Amino acid sequence: MPIVTLREAIEAHVRDGDAVALEGFTHLIPFAAGQEIIRQGRRRLHLIRMTPDLVYDQMVGAGCARALTFSWGGNPGVGSAHRIREAIEAGWPQPLEVCEHSHAGMAAGYVAGAARLPFGVLRGYLGTDLARHNPAIRSVECPYTGERLATVPALNPDVTILHAQKADRSGNVLISGILGAQKEAGLAARKLLVTVEEVVEDLAAPMNAVVLPHWVITAVACVPGGAWPSYARGYYPRDNAFYIAWDEISRDRQRFTDWIARYVHGTPDFAGFLARLRADGGLA
Amino acid sequence: MSSVRAAAPWTPDEMMTVTAARMLWNGCVCFVGIGLPSAAANLARLLHAPQIVLIYESGTIGTRPEVLPLSIGDGELADTAAAVVPLPEIFAYWLQGGRIDVGFLGAAQVDRFGNLNSTVIGPYARPKVRLPGAGGAPEIAAHARQVFVVLKQSARSFVPKLDFVSSAGFLDGGGARGRSGAPGAGPQAIITDYGVLRPQPGTEEFALVARYEGVDPADAVRATGWPLAVAERLEVIAPPTTVELEALRALHARTQTAHSRPVELPV
Repeated sequence: MPIVTLREAIEAHVRDGDAVALEGFTHLIPFAAGQEIIRQGRRRLHLIRMTPDLVYDQMVGAGCARALTFSWGGNPGVGSAHRIREAIEAGWPQPLEVCEHSHAGMAAGYVAGAARLPFGVLRGYLGTDLARHNPAIRSVECPYTGERLATVPALNPDVTILHAQKADRSGNVLISGILGAQKEAGLAARKLLVTVEEVVEDLAAPMNAVVLPHWVITAVACVPGGAWPSYARGYYPRDNAFYIAWDEISRDRQRFTDWIARYVHGTPDFAGFLARLRADGGLA
Repeated sequence: MSSVRAAAPWTPDEMMTVTAARMLWNGCVCFVGIGLPSAAANLARLLHAPQIVLIYESGTIGTRPEVLPLSIGDGELADTAAAVVPLPEIFAYWLQGGRIDVGFLGAAQVDRFGNLNSTVIGPYARPKVRLPGAGGAPEIAAHARQVFVVLKQSARSFVPKLDFVSSAGFLDGGGARGRSGAPGAGPQAIITDYGVLRPQPGTEEFALVARYEGVDPADAVRATGWPLAVAERLEVIAPPTTVELEALRALHARTQTAHSRPVELPV
């Protein structure tokens, strides 16, 4: 399991048309990887994520995606994900096909995917219109009790990308704090890419900690700050001010496009992105 | 038509938050959403319910945040939690497992049977407004032993028919929810800026059963998109006490300070 640059990892493992999941629930969101996918001009991706927030707002607005599987999409605590909204409401920059679940349904899909089962089962979607509009949500009769239960197809992304705190030199990865569905999404994928805050000699992982062993990971890249503006527990806090500022940046097509041009296409990598933001006073 | 009583020394949000907080009891296990529900649950914890167990869907169990989170997964929630578990566990073992007393939900729209829309305004395929979506709400609404809904009343939010049912209340009423197999008892209160609505026995239609001081129930009826029933004996909800208001305002002030603290860019 090689330790590579993020550019090399995306070049080698993310293809146009892939089903790609960037997971991390508010915490450890792989922003650097999302921006590198934009930089490399990937197209027609099927993006999968429980909570498409700023990271997918950027990717959808930059034209990377043709489809979105999700359960909640917005700017947490602030409001709308304007670029995702405009793609759905007005087809800009291109139409976005949606496959919509609840959190519990999507979690069940990842769990099934990690277990290589064909579907997940839950007592869910009761009385809602979600099943009416998403043909992937079906039901099955329990063979033991006869109860009718909801099913969701397994989620098996072509590539899952995670951000974590640490890897060791062999590429074992330690995640701590709020996990979301990171472990399940990682193990459900055909390829797993991980960016980390630092590479250390010894993970010193406590027993029962969440460790992804090197032999389930396709590539690791060291990208300090790679979850900003979300946070990495033990490294930096969530930049709530940027989430608030994003509401204005993303509201207007032209302002958003200029922002992507200057900060993503106009920088060679995530370190360059952070340096330019810092030079511009932090919020652009 | 505004429900703001010009003379009241508190805001409608404060009155709603205090009313919601009073409904939570000490030791109650509460599944909390961001915004007003989170403020109410933490106010209850700081006042009359110190042993309340707060669970956020990000996987934090028994959290005791000093300041309110901006997002559902703020570090503050993890750092002050009794346990942090993976998200699939929260939904499968803790919520579907039947361990939640109260689920606290907001929405964009509610109908007379307490069904909620947080998905779209307009047709699903060509929405006029695409809202964030259901998130954890459909299963919170199904599994929590009871659900409290917090929503300001207007003809746009209290509608005769939802554009989309994201989370089930009593469905079409008259026992439809019970027949659906949903384990929880469903929405037991809608806390608005006029007062509190509760489901009526039999029909399961929500009626105004309590109002804040100074509220004319006719205004609440006008702010509702269906012919809202008003209880014959309308309870009057006591105004916020000084203790409640001071605790709530201090919580918001701490939160404001924490959220506006500049963050150094990493690296």
